[in-house]
Amino acid sequence: MTYSFELPLLVLLILTAGGAIIVKDLISAVLLLGSYSFFLALIWAWLGAADVAFVEAVVGAGLATVFFLLTLFRTAPADTRIRRPRPPVVAVFALPLLGLLLLYAANDLPGFGDPASPASIHVSPHYLENSLADTKTPNVVNSVLMDYRALDTLIETVVVFTSGVACWLLLRRDPE
Amino acid sequence: MIGAPLDSLIVRRTGSLLVPLVQIFALYVLFFGQYGPGGGFVAGVMISASLILGLLVFGGNGLSAKRAKSLLLGDGVGLLLFVAVGGLCLIGGGQFLNYSEAPIPGLQDASRRYAGILLTQIGVALDVAVAAVSIVFSLSRSTEGGTSDA
Repeated sequence: MTYSFELPLLVLLILTAGGAIIVKDLISAVLLLGSYSFFLALIWAWLGAADVAFVEAVVGAGLATVFFLLTLFRTAPADTRIRRPRPPVVAVFALPLLGLLLLYAANDLPGFGDPASPASIHVSPHYLENSLADTKTPNVVNSVLMDYRALDTLIETVVVFTSGVACWLLLRRDPE
Repeated sequence: MIGAPLDSLIVRRTGSLLVPLVQIFALYVLFFGQYGPGGGFVAGVMISASLILGLLVFGGNGLSAKRAKSLLLGDGVGLLLFVAVGGLCLIGGGQFLNYSEAPIPGLQDASRRYAGILLTQIGVALDVAVAAVSIVFSLSRSTEGGTSDA
């Protein structure tokens, strides 16, 4: 596998993520986060996860940005610049160490698309082989989400509904 | 935030082109989700995104605002549709959300599952769209200065 596409995308991902942390202006940070989501969506699409890429592009780059901006316009005073304290010395040493540890642990992960990895020998073959016959749905992602694992999706829908109602209850202050 | 329409002609023209386009694409994603990438969640977010775009561009009295406000009346309908499909399976004598037992006349096992997936996807799309639009209204209400016309 060549890395000619992944590497520039990963570099852009890290640049936008770091930029979102470093930049002083909150609106710039929000827009950088949006572009970060977009690069992440490109990486998902490149890895073959079209559904995840779709959701990341629509939710991360679109909806979340709008939510962040609306929150900023509602909460922030005219000056949205922020001051950050200097990071503690422990973090400067401990976080790179943690990163090295994670990289070391990543050696033991199964290779990308490995057919013998635990994730692809448990229930995935059953879904892949029987989805079309069981549900007439060629898109296995949807048949898993909506049929084989429908209860999970139902609870997720409840979570989304609850978030909408909670925002309504917390934020609406009708002057009456 | 949501007040008068924007002054810029370019933004308004682009908005009036984009909003219906995004809505049609959302419907395509919803009903094509069983054959390609996409599905209920993305479709719901896209419908709400188009309405939010219309809200931000055309202001609180535009067509999108009216659509969004009437969409808010459907709060919970999507969730109810999802649960209703599950309950239909119970009535048919099967397990909850096991669509093959849903008493849909004229359809066999796999087709019933297909219909069940489609119906629940519509439910998820409705639920997500209403939730997103509701959150945007909640976030932007106070800056309207109490002159809500809802």
